Amino acid sequence: MGVALTRSAQWMAAGCGTETLEITPLNEAILNEIIVFVESFIYKHPQEAKFVFVEPLEWKTSLDPSAFESGYVVSETTVRSEEADKNGEPLLFLSVPQIKIRSFGQLSHFLYIARDTKLKEAQACLEANRDPVVKILGSDYSTKKGEDSSALNILDKITKDDDPESEFKMSLATLIQQLDLHLLNHSLKHISLEIHLNPSTVKNDIELLKRFSGKGEHTVLESIEYTSDYEFSNGCRAPPWRQMHGEVCYVTVKPHDADKLCVTCSTEGVFLNGGKAEDKGEINYERKSEIYQDLVTFLKDKSATFSENMAKQENKFNEEKQKEEKEPEEAPPKEGAAAIGKAVAGSGKNTLEKNQYTLGKNQIGKRLEPSLNWKTNVGYKDNRSSLKDTQEDKYGSRFEKPRSPVSYGRGQKSPLKDTQEEKHGSKLEKKRLSVSYGRTPALRKGPDKIEDIVSESSSESEEDEEPPDHRQEANADLPSEYWQIQKLVKYLKGGNQTATVIALCSMKDFNLAQDTCQLAIRDVGGLEVLINLLDTDEVKCKIGSLKILKEISHNPQIRRNIVDLGGLPILVKILDSSNKHLKCLAAETIANVAKFRRARRAVRQHGGITKLVALLDCAQNSTEPPQPSLYETRDVEVARCGALALWSCSKSYANKEAIRLAGGIPLLARLLKTSHQNMLIPVVGTLQECASEASYRAAIKAERIIENLVKNLNSENEQLQEHCAMAIYQCAEDEETRDLVRLHGGLKPLASLLNNTDNKERLAAVTGAIWKCSISRENVTKFREYKAIETLLELLTDQPEEVLVNVVGALGECCQEHENRVIVRKCGGIQPLVNLLVGINQALLVNVTKAVGACAVEPESMMIIDRLDGVRLLWSLLKNPHPDVKASAAWALCPCIENAKDAGEMVRSFVGGLELVVNLLKSDNKEVLASICAAITNIAKDQENLAVITDHGVVPLLSKLANTNNDKLRRHLAEAISHCCMWGRNKVAFGEHKAVAPLVRYLKSNDTNVHRATAQALYQLSEEADNCITMHENGAVKLLLDMVGSPDQDLQEAAAGCISNIRRLALATEKARYT
Amino acid sequence: MNRKKLQKLTHNLVKNCKHFNKHEVSCLVNLFYNLVGDVAERPGTVIGLDRNAFRNILHMTFGMTDDMIMDRVFRGFDKDNDGCVSVSEWINGLSLFLRGTLEEKMKYCFEVFDLNGDGFISKEEMFHMLKNSLLKQPSEEDPDEGIKDLVEITLKKMDCDHDGKLSFADYEQAVREETLLLEAFGPCLPDTESQMEFEAQVFKNPHEFNYDV
Repeated sequence: MGVALTRSAQWMAAGCGTETLEITPLNEAILNEIIVFVESFIYKHPQEAKFVFVEPLEWKTSLDPSAFESGYVVSETTVRSEEADKNGEPLLFLSVPQIKIRSFGQLSHFLYIARDTKLKEAQACLEANRDPVVKILGSDYSTKKGEDSSALNILDKITKDDDPESEFKMSLATLIQQLDLHLLNHSLKHISLEIHLNPSTVKNDIELLKRFSGKGEHTVLESIEYTSDYEFSNGCRAPPWRQMHGEVCYVTVKPHDADKLCVTCSTEGVFLNGGKAEDKGEINYERKSEIYQDLVTFLKDKSATFSENMAKQENKFNEEKQKEEKEPEEAPPKEGAAAIGKAVAGSGKNTLEKNQYTLGKNQIGKRLEPSLNWKTNVGYKDNRSSLKDTQEDKYGSRFEKPRSPVSYGRGQKSPLKDTQEEKHGSKLEKKRLSVSYGRTPALRKGPDKIEDIVSESSSESEEDEEPPDHRQEANADLPSEYWQIQKLVKYLKGGNQTATVIALCSMKDFNLAQDTCQLAIRDVGGLEVLINLLDTDEVKCKIGSLKILKEISHNPQIRRNIVDLGGLPILVKILDSSNKHLKCLAAETIANVAKFRRARRAVRQHGGITKLVALLDCAQNSTEPPQPSLYETRDVEVARCGALALWSCSKSYANKEAIRLAGGIPLLARLLKTSHQNMLIPVVGTLQECASEASYRAAIKAERIIENLVKNLNSENEQLQEHCAMAIYQCAEDEETRDLVRLHGGLKPLASLLNNTDNKERLAAVTGAIWKCSISRENVTKFREYKAIETLLELLTDQPEEVLVNVVGALGECCQEHENRVIVRKCGGIQPLVNLLVGINQALLVNVTKAVGACAVEPESMMIIDRLDGVRLLWSLLKNPHPDVKASAAWALCPCIENAKDAGEMVRSFVGGLELVVNLLKSDNKEVLASICAAITNIAKDQENLAVITDHGVVPLLSKLANTNNDKLRRHLAEAISHCCMWGRNKVAFGEHKAVAPLVRYLKSNDTNVHRATAQALYQLSEEADNCITMHENGAVKLLLDMVGSPDQDLQEAAAGCISNIRRLALATEKARYT
Repeated sequence: MNRKKLQKLTHNLVKNCKHFNKHEVSCLVNLFYNLVGDVAERPGTVIGLDRNAFRNILHMTFGMTDDMIMDRVFRGFDKDNDGCVSVSEWINGLSLFLRGTLEEKMKYCFEVFDLNGDGFISKEEMFHMLKNSLLKQPSEEDPDEGIKDLVEITLKKMDCDHDGKLSFADYEQAVREETLLLEAFGPCLPDTESQMEFEAQVFKNPHEFNYDV
């Protein structure tokens, strides 16, 4: 007579119009349960049995009046009970065949009288009274229209009316509620025993598989086809006589790794049939394999490729399934505020109901609606074995407790927001999860989970991968803390604020840094309560709750749970509170939670960044009350917590921008002037994080932050030093900033910090800062004064890569100066540098090649490099896949070739080396091209090598590059061309490949280096008459005439030489004409 | 009461009061006489707020609800135990209520919770004070089990010398560790919000202060 009943009545008669209950084992079982309940009612609950129904239950009975005995006034066609209500109306009235009954007492009697026909009577009664609860308790209790009539709802209603009967009504309502759950539970067991596929599930499955089939490696199948195009109105494709056997359709499947399979899909499951005879088109219907529960399982068993690819596609596949699943019915809330608690309870119920729905329809054999729930169905079955025992007694005890209204002190909002139903929901969910993990995770997770994870994986690429959600196994041995915490959470739920505060304080005494306790709090439903408490008006409860959340949110899983439960908006709201202590705790909690992207986004979207930035402002208002109230705290602390939260948040780009827009930079700059270490670390941390953005770097310069960063380099605190160095590293890309660091005396502390190599993080930051600072020559001079170069050289060995990259980068910059190169050589720095050329870290290779290249400028150093086979190593790096490494290696080769003793011979000794270089001219990276041109320039200085590269086709390749606007490339290209002109008929060849005209245009560039190189190239090319004509045609003479007036001597000379060649040709032509 | 007398009274009270300045005292004195109403001053009768009137104020102004705690608060104010709060008791009590230091408040709260005044908060007293703090769950065999457990939890948390009862020293140590435990057995101090509201209204214009009693 409860919700379940009306629901079962619904599905049993669904779609038929005539309201009859099918005779099925399930229905029978339910009816029997109801009968047992009603029969025993009069003994178990004598008080409630007397309660008069609002409306009588009325139906046609087959019982004869003569069956009634004592207690009834019997006539031939009527029976009336002696028991009557206040108005004298009998509680049972039979007027053949209509019967009206108005109390449970009479119902019990009636069933007793009915004896053998009990079942039939009960069925008739329920068919005639589709919503018995309404009739019994009144329309307030309708279960038909409302999805959820939770216990709490009913209780609410009851407490509202002051009816004297309300007490009975209430207990009756609770009893019905219990029965309801009992029935649901009972029917669940039944349903899970018989899984049926139906045409729509099969169809959807096939459609989905089709989408993932086709040619290619990543599809799950090669093809999947129906054998018949005709679909009957009931969704089946099997011929009618086969439908009798429950067969739905036949498909031919071609997996990647097996022969064609002909498969029968029936309501029983999926199996291999005898195959389709090609000639007759007839199918051999006989079963040739085991029956599998569904198509996917079948195929997984038959094809290894399928299961492999399926695993890859699984997420997508499930997502699609999810979407379709949601269409037919109201989608369960996607990520409701209390995702795990509420939504899951809802969806758990939905699926349950839907399962019944499908099943019922199946039995009627009517046209079916799509439903894809067999998967979850299966899930239930799997779980049933482990669930059965615990579940039943759980329900038994849990649902017996009726809620009585509680009067809270001081109008506290009830922390008991979750209803018992939710508890049921989360319990169920929890177990489902715990059981299903480990098998095929993606398949079996609750619908909300999948949704969540899929959307995450697409958007979260940072450091924060979703850790698997380990729930405590229901049967696992639980530590004693678990039970103690469970008890405390119970008091949190059921206590007024005094008890809540005591429970919170006691909970705080557990070792909240420990996983066991953190997860225990979550697993007993404590997180929901703690978050709910934040939504109350009770300051003390909020403080207590935050103190715990702050600790347990160090756990990555808990963070996610807090976000899932909608904790962030509440936390953000608390930032507005007038209580500073609360603000602090909320900010600290946010600082912990916002360690992953989704959380950071949530903070921003709820306006948290602005509020956090506002917290930074506190420190300036020195108007602290003379006597801070009890639970209050200091402004500085508020600002510190604000900075801490911003630090976490500032790892997302959009948040950096939001902090800036909220005016955070001046505030951070102000806080940086304080001397509290606790404050400085998060402030500098935030700045350091944000300095990756150009806008911040500009602001940091403008707000004179560098000065304070430098000052704090001298602090005692290693972490602070590290963040300051890091911030300088980020900012020192800018020349002005580098100068500022020097002017504020930052170089000396940086250099001295190099001596402490224990803290690798700090060392990396410090070396990074040194690297960037040493881009300015003045800074390098300072570093040399501070003996930093020697120290850097010591760091070339036994350091982590992060440090090495920076150290080598710094050396690369320092070695631009002669003195430093000498130091490097004398300190034996070349050997370790060359050794690093064999690494694989791309950033490191770029820096190492640069440093080696810088050293090679010194002929003495070059000898060492050559001896160590450094040139060959550099040359091999031209094969590195990354263009930056290639370019950097090619640049480094230039001074090597230039300064090596027997350069030509050395270059020739690299087998295939020249061909490699020439082929790199086909690259599409400008930097690579420029560097290779430079290398070719140097290679071409040796005639023999020039001959080789000419053979490899260097001329057409260089000519092809001529049409470029990149000045760097233009310069090196022109140089390469001018050097390559020295061989054979290359001068002619350049002309033929149309390199001359573009070269003339280079003269219009603004770069003198380009001019010089171009003029030299043109000078070489102008020795060929045809080229002179081309130059003349393209207006080279006028441009070259201007160049002759240049202060650059080489340029003057080349331009003049070129003009003279052109002129000479003109004269010769004239001469020829006149003679 | 005439003006001169009032001034003298205020003057005397200010001397003995730690946390209020003269203006505040005079505001509170005015409020006190507004609340007491115009009772002719006769020798032999005490002018002041009786238990009911005082409880009304606690309830309406400071949002307290627990009858027992309110009674204890009244006793805390009524130092001379004559069943009514006189003007000096009123000023001193409010001084603690609104401006008290942690030490003062601890002392006061301990007195409130020490129901029989023997210097210890015993298990029985705790039980008494916490008995309404949990939602009754009839399914449990012993409905008081939860409360008893809660008392044990509290004792474990606060009874530093493990003698099964709370001395002031125990209480003080526990509160210093965790300020939330100051009002461990029930709210007996005004919460910040009502306190601010009260101050804002009273110290601005005491005559307009309206109690809606």
